[in-house]
Amino acid sequence: MTLTLFRIASEKDSLMQDLTEAFVELIRRASTQLPADMERALRKARDQEEPGSAAQKALDTILKNVEMSRARSSAICQDTGTPIFTIHYPLGVSTRALADQIRRACAIATERSFLRPNAVDSLTGKNSGNNTGVDFPTVHFEEWDEEGIKVDLILKGGGCENVSTQYELPNSELGAGRDLEGVRRVVLDAVHKAQGLGCSPGVLGIAIGGDRGTSYLKSKQLLLRPVDDANEQPELAALEQRLLEETNQLGIGPMGFGGKTTVLGVKIGTLHRLPASFFVSVAYMCWANRRASMRVIGQEITYA
Amino acid sequence: MRKLTVPISEADIRALRVGEAVSLNGVIVTARDAAHKYMIENFVKTGGNPPAAEAALYQELKKVLADGVIYHCGPVVQQTDGKWSFVAAGPTTSIREEPYQADVIAHFGVRAVIGKGGMGAQTLKACQDYGAVYLHAIGGAATFIAESVKEVLTVYKLDFGVPEAFWVIRVEDFPAVVTMDSHGGSLHELIKEQSAQKLTELIRG
Ligand code: SF4
Repeated sequence: MTLTLFRIASEKDSLMQDLTEAFVELIRRASTQLPADMERALRKARDQEEPGSAAQKALDTILKNVEMSRARSSAICQDTGTPIFTIHYPLGVSTRALADQIRRACAIATERSFLRPNAVDSLTGKNSGNNTGVDFPTVHFEEWDEEGIKVDLILKGGGCENVSTQYELPNSELGAGRDLEGVRRVVLDAVHKAQGLGCSPGVLGIAIGGDRGTSYLKSKQLLLRPVDDANEQPELAALEQRLLEETNQLGIGPMGFGGKTTVLGVKIGTLHRLPASFFVSVAYMCWANRRASMRVIGQEITYA
Repeated sequence: MRKLTVPISEADIRALRVGEAVSLNGVIVTARDAAHKYMIENFVKTGGNPPAAEAALYQELKKVLADGVIYHCGPVVQQTDGKWSFVAAGPTTSIREEPYQADVIAHFGVRAVIGKGGMGAQTLKACQDYGAVYLHAIGGAATFIAESVKEVLTVYKLDFGVPEAFWVIRVEDFPAVVTMDSHGGSLHELIKEQSAQKLTELIRG
């Protein structure tokens, strides 16, 4: 496979540590090992469903699939999604070198079947074959004051991305105004519209405010929070809890089969907005909520 | 869980109701967009008189599809020493085959279609008229389902590409749920209505 999309690293870049193989390992972990908090949440959901119901059978199959994938180091779902990397780095690190290494790692991970070839030219429909392309994978950089770098990776599947959505408040159809009650209403509507098509049970990242672009971005970044944590802001924590209960009252259930488990976690964040706009973005993440992190300090690399 | 063995009789299909979990055993065939289009153009539209070049495959497909099962799946496969196996085999979204599915069910006497997301009114009607069901597999369970594919018997039309070819496979204990039955029942419609009611309560409540 040719990697024509890479620039030759400059002399200065080469002074830095090459993290390509570390990135491949990060991708392997994300694709083949469901995070422990997600697996716990799925197990709890399984035990709550009616014994012998279609919902419980679906969760049984999902849990067995998770175990098998971990044991065999094979992809949890064949749609390995869009790889979304967020990198925190200290002053002096070349972000260009890191981006090059990430692209190379995606190509290697594709060869090793941790990623399915998923990057398609939007006009010709041609698959690049190695998960690199125009703005693919997604890479965000944030400079920070701490030592070393931290990399978070999400693999965001297509089925659940297709049911992710954005609302503009006020919304008269739902009687949703520019307040938390309005947010509650549109989120319930989004989950109802999604039915089982996003491979429920899912996790919701909800961004309030921003412009259309930053709002969507934030909604995805919220998916990095552990599924069972609570918001630091009491009023948002209360809404997260309420929405978790109410979305599950909709009774859509795993895969839309009906049942008690539709959503496993709700994560809400806010951004400043223009007085003229009030966006609410809902990032829907399927049960295959694949994320992994990596910390690099000096020569030492740790994964979580 | 009810066990279904291919070939499946009409009586067995008529006994199934939406919401029931089944485990499927026997020989089934994968088919996606290209395969469905091909079957319509060469077999259905020609009234069972395909062009000479396609006649042999027609006979083969008739054998496996009569009282048989179609799976909407674009597998990830691997070939070792000339032998194919499935590595990942989760279901793909079925609604894309809605324009073709009813005709294919009627023409071949297909008893079950497996996929995800459910299908539309035409397919539901064909299920009633010809005695067939829609089975919903577990989206994303790629490794688990590949494990239930015990053998790849043959592949037709590999020139459509790996995901689009007809893969004839033998499965054991393939798990799925009946979401459209042969009595006009659709779990998708039911859940949509029930959740819509609940939504109204929660919002206007
Ligand atoms: S929505 Fe998620 S689990 Fe479902 S097919 Fe896509 S990536 Fe896989």
